[in-house]
Amino acid sequence: MEFKDYYAVMGVDKSATPDDIKRAHRKLARKYHPDVSKEKDAEARFKELAEAYDVLKDPEKRAAYDRLGANYKAGQDFQPPPDWADKQAGQGGYAQGFEAGDGQDHSAFFDALFRGMKGDGRGQGNYERGQRSHEAFDMHGQDQHAKIQIEIEDSYNGATRTLQLRVQVDGSDGRSRLDDRTIEFVIPRGIRAGQHIRLAAQGAPGIGKGSPGDLYLDVEMLPHALYRTDGFDVLMDLPIAPWEAALGADVIAPTPTGQVEIKIPAGSTHGRKLRVKGRGLPAKTPGDFYFVLKIAQPPASSETEKKAYADLHTAFNLFNPRSQIEELV
Amino acid sequence: MTPNFIITSPLQATSFVMEDITELTLDDLCRACAAQADIIIELVSEGVIDSAQAEPGQTPEHWRFTGTHLHRAKVALRLHRDLGVNFAGAALVLQLMDELQALKAGRPVMNL
Repeated sequence: MEFKDYYAVMGVDKSATPDDIKRAHRKLARKYHPDVSKEKDAEARFKELAEAYDVLKDPEKRAAYDRLGANYKAGQDFQPPPDWADKQAGQGGYAQGFEAGDGQDHSAFFDALFRGMKGDGRGQGNYERGQRSHEAFDMHGQDQHAKIQIEIEDSYNGATRTLQLRVQVDGSDGRSRLDDRTIEFVIPRGIRAGQHIRLAAQGAPGIGKGSPGDLYLDVEMLPHALYRTDGFDVLMDLPIAPWEAALGADVIAPTPTGQVEIKIPAGSTHGRKLRVKGRGLPAKTPGDFYFVLKIAQPPASSETEKKAYADLHTAFNLFNPRSQIEELV
Repeated sequence: MTPNFIITSPLQATSFVMEDITELTLDDLCRACAAQADIIIELVSEGVIDSAQAEPGQTPEHWRFTGTHLHRAKVALRLHRDLGVNFAGAALVLQLMDELQALKAGRPVMNL
């Protein structure tokens, strides 16, 4: 596995104080938080950042990481020393085991460094003790939460997806083990970004006679090169030439439901929205599809082209694009 | 004898879109957000979400929520967890995000 330079991820020096680290985390977290960020790889960066902060904010984890990291560079192949876990476990506080904050999924590198120390001591042990002392105990299984990413086409057409889940199950010997489970489910037509799908009884199994928990899926829509959504409506920028805007034109353009021929009315302005009714996301009352007109400016490179602009100037010698500004000054 | 093969066909699960359920209870919302009831009650009192069909004097058990509330609650909880934003701040962020979405789509911004 690759060595991760947590200091580089957070953009701080090795000598950074806890305050520096906290400040750097807040700043980058605001930049890359998936709910507010416009960065393309926000999600991945945010995860990386959370992992780095998890280590560097904790003096003990940071010290352990520093001891190990002195000889490594980012990206270098890394293997934890064979006696690493034992050594760490021997040191007082470590026996409690490091755990990722909020059960976030950290990298294999993080696992090798900090999860190994947990050993069978904590999570597993507690679970088994719990099992034994509550043998006649029935409890509703835990709900589970996951995220799915869909394409805009999935919302138009509906789709079937499979999901791999790792679940804890009780074996016949009373011990729990982790099983991989594959669940197949339907992404209903008309699903929108930010909605939630519930798969009943697909969460963690109940304890005793308790019913299993549910599985909740957060729906995220991957950005599309052409289309964007606004509720049930779908929008697309359509570049047109200035003469098409002025004189009108018939243009063939794509929509997620196939090509359409659209009439651009004469005298259209930049930003004008042309609606194709009912071609948005499917619903009882389907959304609409909009072409947002963007006037593309042709460059004046050749002599003929320059002359065309000069002729335009002559023809429009009364046109003043700044008349509004001049009135106000 | 136990048959000696592995079943590989995936489990079929039925999808419910939470947002299609127009009357989510406090308990539904807690489970979908993986949050305790007192947290959701705080979100209501801070104005992150409002409870639909709540009449004066009604206890939280009578509150009903919609998918929009679910979405707003989850965003607020994530902002709180990841950025240390308090719920009043999260309410402001959500309002600005709505405005941003409206601007991007070329809709008039609603002043709530």
